Amino acid sequence: MSQVAALHTAVEPAESPLTPESWGKLGMWIFLAGDAMSFGALLAGYGALRYGSADWPLPSKVLGVGLTAFMTFLLICSSVTMVLALAAIQRGDQRGLRKFLSLTVLGGVMFLGMQAYEWTHLIHDGLTLTGNPFGAVLFGTTFFIITGFHGAHVTGGVIYLSCYLIQALRGRLGQGSANAIEIAALYWHFVDLVWILVFTFVYLL
Amino acid sequence: MTSAHKQPNYIGVFWWLLALTILEVGAIFLPIARFLIAILLVGMALSKAALVAMYFMHLKFERRTLGLIAITPLVLCLLLVFALLPDLSATAHRSTGPAQAPATSH
Repeated sequence: MSQVAALHTAVEPAESPLTPESWGKLGMWIFLAGDAMSFGALLAGYGALRYGSADWPLPSKVLGVGLTAFMTFLLICSSVTMVLALAAIQRGDQRGLRKFLSLTVLGGVMFLGMQAYEWTHLIHDGLTLTGNPFGAVLFGTTFFIITGFHGAHVTGGVIYLSCYLIQALRGRLGQGSANAIEIAALYWHFVDLVWILVFTFVYLL
Repeated sequence: MTSAHKQPNYIGVFWWLLALTILEVGAIFLPIARFLIAILLVGMALSKAALVAMYFMHLKFERRTLGLIAITPLVLCLLLVFALLPDLSATAHRSTGPAQAPATSH
């Protein structure tokens, strides 16, 4: 070790409480915190508009709770397969990584398909961004904006994970890529976490 | 990396999440006041969100720095709700108060 390097370690400790184990993970967490604020603002706005409206319909009477409960189940399952994919790459199990990553992407695609089905039915029944035959017009506006914003996140997640899936299928994801998969997994779990809140606040309450 | 810690029981967390989801859907049909149903639903949703964050996102095993980053939006959202409260009470007062004459345009 050179004299300068020895001096450097003596002055600056290798790790402090603020030094992250992975800068990529820290970056993703900061991004997710900002994104959580976007969803928080949308849900707070939804609550304010609903509280101020005299003819806000009861969501569980208008929206299909059974279908969306199944969509919630699907996202929870995809979160489990995502953590299993991460565990697989951490122990160098390529077959497990490919299997669980494929199932996660499939879960995301199925969720989007069901959301498209739900939206099609609601629009057919007259619920749009600017119209609501069941009561307050803003019910439709807030519903499509919040679920649409979340759906855009799911779409982004499916594309993000598909890129890794293609690499995994080509055998390019070794044990050294576990950190990258962990960062992608953080994003996917966040999408699941937000849906848990959207399901409760927009569909059930 | 978080691989240094013991792997949590992911399947156990899955069953908890599934059970809470079923209980949530069942709660909307309970013959009790809407206010109590709302408290139950919010409590169960926050429990589910905490399970995902702590075990799937490994926040339970991470450094405190990441926990602080994760908790920041929650605090800011609470502040946002408090900031909206005066507007909410004003809106509620308008909707329950005496009818006002429509504004005339000149």
